Amino acid sequence: MTSRKSAIVLGGSSDIGRAAARAFAKAGYDVALAGRDVAALEPDAADLRARYNVEVGLRTFDVLDTASFEGFVSGLAALPDVVISIVGLLGVQQNAESDLAHATTIMRSNYEGPSLILGLFAEKFLARGSGTIVGVSSVAGDRGRASNYVYGSAKAGFSAFLSGLRARASRGGVHVVTVKPGFVRTKMTEGMKLIGPLTVEAPVVGDAILNAVEKKTDVIYVSGKWRLVMLIIKTLPEAVFKKLKF
Amino acid sequence: MTLVSGWGRFPVVDSELLRPRSFEAVGEAVVTGSVARGNGRAYGDAAIGAIRTVAMTGFDRVRSFDPVTGRIRLEAGVLLSDLIDTFGPRGFLPFVVPGTRFVSVGGAIAADVHGKNHHCEGGFGRYVDSILLRTGQGETIEASREQNSDAFFATVGGMGLTGVILEATMRLRPVETGWIRERVISASDLDAAMRALDAGDSATYSVAWIDCAARGSDLGRSLIYLGEHARTGEIADGAGAFPAGKNPGLAVPVDLPSMTLNRYSIRAFNELYYRMGARRAGGGHVVSLYPYFFPLDSIADWNRIYGRRGFLQHQCVIPELGARAVLGEILDRVARRGDASFLAVLKKLGQGDGILSFPLPGYTLALDFPVKGDILNFLDEIDRLVVAAGGRLYLAKDARQSRATFEAGYPALRRFNAIRKSLDPAGTIRSKLSQRLFDEV
Repeated sequence: MTSRKSAIVLGGSSDIGRAAARAFAKAGYDVALAGRDVAALEPDAADLRARYNVEVGLRTFDVLDTASFEGFVSGLAALPDVVISIVGLLGVQQNAESDLAHATTIMRSNYEGPSLILGLFAEKFLARGSGTIVGVSSVAGDRGRASNYVYGSAKAGFSAFLSGLRARASRGGVHVVTVKPGFVRTKMTEGMKLIGPLTVEAPVVGDAILNAVEKKTDVIYVSGKWRLVMLIIKTLPEAVFKKLKF
Repeated sequence: MTLVSGWGRFPVVDSELLRPRSFEAVGEAVVTGSVARGNGRAYGDAAIGAIRTVAMTGFDRVRSFDPVTGRIRLEAGVLLSDLIDTFGPRGFLPFVVPGTRFVSVGGAIAADVHGKNHHCEGGFGRYVDSILLRTGQGETIEASREQNSDAFFATVGGMGLTGVILEATMRLRPVETGWIRERVISASDLDAAMRALDAGDSATYSVAWIDCAARGSDLGRSLIYLGEHARTGEIADGAGAFPAGKNPGLAVPVDLPSMTLNRYSIRAFNELYYRMGARRAGGGHVVSLYPYFFPLDSIADWNRIYGRRGFLQHQCVIPELGARAVLGEILDRVARRGDASFLAVLKKLGQGDGILSFPLPGYTLALDFPVKGDILNFLDEIDRLVVAAGGRLYLAKDARQSRATFEAGYPALRRFNAIRKSLDPAGTIRSKLSQRLFDEV
């Protein structure tokens, strides 16, 4: 048995997932990467082992397969110190407006699945009396926008779940971090028009997550500018907001 | 289409920019008129596809690392800064680093970049044992000094024109610390500078920063920085074995108006730089590897200093014999012109390794010029001096040399072209640079 701390990354093949895994491995954590296609995660596991000389495990995880969650958590050799959910699906808003199946997938990928799995980890952590839970939500959950409210509403639900869980779990020695990354240059945002000064690279998010875990921060906007932007957007009266092309 | 340019921001051209996520996708991305691009630090048009540019920075995984030998296998998009930050604290550094750490391994191989140790330790390619290359023909081959050796030596320094470098196996240098024992020598003119560089032949690292605003009897006055890797016992008490690498803090937020750089500001800057350096001359002291190797990396986006129209770097190498007269003539013309870079760099090179590698035994001089006025004509005149002296220009920095200058400087071009043709008979791999200098018209 190792005395090192450990972290599990749900959604380990995403750009932010890879970046978070690197940040934690660099800080000396043993890391487990969980994703749908474990074979595709093998190069990232090799990368972490070669760079940081830590133990890296791989686990199959599908955020839509909620029936598998209890087996997933109980099947872990050891309960990690930190669980990080990066899982999410941007989807296509226009399709989601008429395609119920697509809208359902977006809602389940961003709210149902991440909330249920983190809720399960929370029970185990509370029983142990320690642990950190990280949910990567989105600034899109701060207010519904015409251009992506299916995604945004699911993220809003996830953010509310995390804040409630935090209030409850903090009394039992378990810390919950909500991450709102803003624009990140990743696979998910490829081809989108991102506003340069508000955009960060994935490694910045990875480092910010590690920092929030170690400093026990509750909610982080990865770029401080987003806190201001979203404060303004949240306080606009609905009558004004609905007229904005945004 | 996307507007793409190199670090010098000249030229800016349309090229479709693709970011493949798998090696299979790289293969599909390569169509006629493609070239790979690393982190975009080539100054001119080397990493811009004639039609399509294949961005490789997403491939940044280390495949394996041997902590005993320092042998490493990695994907070509890994940046040297990442290698230094990750393996430096574990006691290993790249054998060769150029003046910026923000270049990819693939780019460093394609340009066979040189560092301050080229005169004694050679270029980046010397420490590469093998590469995984996706050729223009669509094959993926492993190439080394023994296996597919033609492809190997054409790819080292081949500016991406043999195909896309996917992976590389290379050796890292074992070091005790991340500190450099530095000695500064001040040289009052060009003769003294060249003598100091010659005397520094036995130093692992040596480079001269020239005040290129100085004229007359001060022509070529400079500061020579010699360096050795510091041993554990040589660093200050309390300093860690490996210094913290800072991300570029200060950034140039906007394009400065072109009038910011004028003969007065340049002269004032050079005067200050020379005097401050001269005060440190003499005794040795220990400095972090970051400012020693990468002085400009501490200012993010420093290329914006030269304004919206961009700048040109002119880096030539002149064979040792007769170098003094030619370098003196070039520096004199630059000083009289008055708008060259705040600093010029002079250093010695050894023999290059790749067929098209830039280095040859002699002195290399690097100068920056803002793009304006008659600069293209001026540089053509400088080129004539370089060619007459048997010298050549560095392709990783070039954006404007003529075919005649290029062909005169690179006599192994015919052999390179034959290998390129065998790897890519249909001429699939084409960059803006290859269109300008290589390809049949």
